[in-house]
Amino acid sequence: MLKRRLIPKLQMKVREIGGMRQPVLVTTVNFARVIEIGDPVSQAKIYEAQAADELIFLDLDATSQWRCAMVEVVRKAAEEVFMPFTVGGGVRSLADFRTLLSNGADKVALNTAAVLDPTLIRKAADSYGSQCVVLSIDFRREQTGPYLVWTHGGKVKTDWSPAAWALEGQRLGAGEILLTSIDRDGTRRGLDVELVRQVTEAVHIPVVASGGCGLAAHFVEGFQLGKADAVAAGTFFCFKDENPMQTRSQIRNAGLPIRIHR
Amino acid sequence: MVGIIDYGMGNLLSVYHALQVAGAEACVCVRPEDLQKCSRFVLPGVGAFRDCMRALRSRGFSDALTLEVCRRGKPILGICLGMQAMAARSFEGGEYPGLGWFDADVVRLEPDFPGCRIPHIGWNEAVWKNGSVLATGIPVASDFYFVHSYYMHCRDDRDVEAISDYGGTFTAAVRKNNIFATQFHPEKSQDQGLKALSNFVQWNP
Repeated sequence: MLKRRLIPKLQMKVREIGGMRQPVLVTTVNFARVIEIGDPVSQAKIYEAQAADELIFLDLDATSQWRCAMVEVVRKAAEEVFMPFTVGGGVRSLADFRTLLSNGADKVALNTAAVLDPTLIRKAADSYGSQCVVLSIDFRREQTGPYLVWTHGGKVKTDWSPAAWALEGQRLGAGEILLTSIDRDGTRRGLDVELVRQVTEAVHIPVVASGGCGLAAHFVEGFQLGKADAVAAGTFFCFKDENPMQTRSQIRNAGLPIRIHR
Repeated sequence: MVGIIDYGMGNLLSVYHALQVAGAEACVCVRPEDLQKCSRFVLPGVGAFRDCMRALRSRGFSDALTLEVCRRGKPILGICLGMQAMAARSFEGGEYPGLGWFDADVVRLEPDFPGCRIPHIGWNEAVWKNGSVLATGIPVASDFYFVHSYYMHCRDDRDVEAISDYGGTFTAAVRKNNIFATQFHPEKSQDQGLKALSNFVQWNP
């Protein structure tokens, strides 16, 4: 039986340390407040030791200027971590796909660039296979308004509803959806299971839910109520005295299929 | 020396590092001539079947590998699409001939269970045939990482080395003489995957 997946999310920004520009692991709150944590590759190795199922690396600066530094992180992770990982942030072209895949990424996440040019999804799926094209969707709900997709790191509003955009992404060849609630990001209030459910019911490709996990019970809700195939979390795994292994046992106790050992 | 076949499709870097951790000396084969110096091979692969076969043929790997593997008897491990390439034909996006090393067709996963999503992505249990060489030291039912929408349907049950279940049974690994192949990614399956790779590296059929 296919297991539900637990995915630590490693977000990175470039910082100047000792006169050198280096990627630093961070967490965010509502995509705005940034908290620095440490070194992304060391943290990835810790997650591997704790039997995470997959990893997601996101470059929050996402400028071509720092792309080389981020590629270096991907390369190092591929040397030391033997589990699948997705890389995203600032991916704009097929050339970006090629660079990231040839440096060890298994999947590449498209976000803003896919909204600006949806054919990029199809081109990437045709060139590298649907299995490595992840459509990353950031969404927000303003007061009582509808859920809408936001791009440019949560700064620009679009007309897409998350479910409609996910369905269009699937039609164009995306192999997986990464869904992130901007409102819940870093708040530990729990996933927006209502929206997750809307999307999982709209598409037949796997959906990774993220944004808001603060308790093991929130993962269980994502799986049981949201019908998510995987739940990703940044803040939860970075700060809490919790690790994927403990969370995993609690998910299993809720009756969900999940891997227990490495 | 384990030669990793580079035909432009597949996560070579991960396979390379995983083989090193599994205790092997590995090199990347970019031309058919590179195959001669290797004693065994890994054929990785991600992407679409048609492109995979086209790339194997246009780079001259198709004939050269058949010579090294089927005539000279060197061991080979196919991974994911690299496994599917060894089938007689595939029905992915049409009908295309493969290397034909296994009497098998590559067909789409059709889980008869609501909620089973395609592609099949994630950790699923492989149940190994008793005494399978690749699974030495690995529990008979253990989790490996899969990512695929098609699988190899073997006409000869004896070729099937491991099965898995996703709304119905499908082939997780095959073996025939000196040829081994897995639908899952051992290089991405942490401890059990590295163990399977090290078993392959030490295997002398």
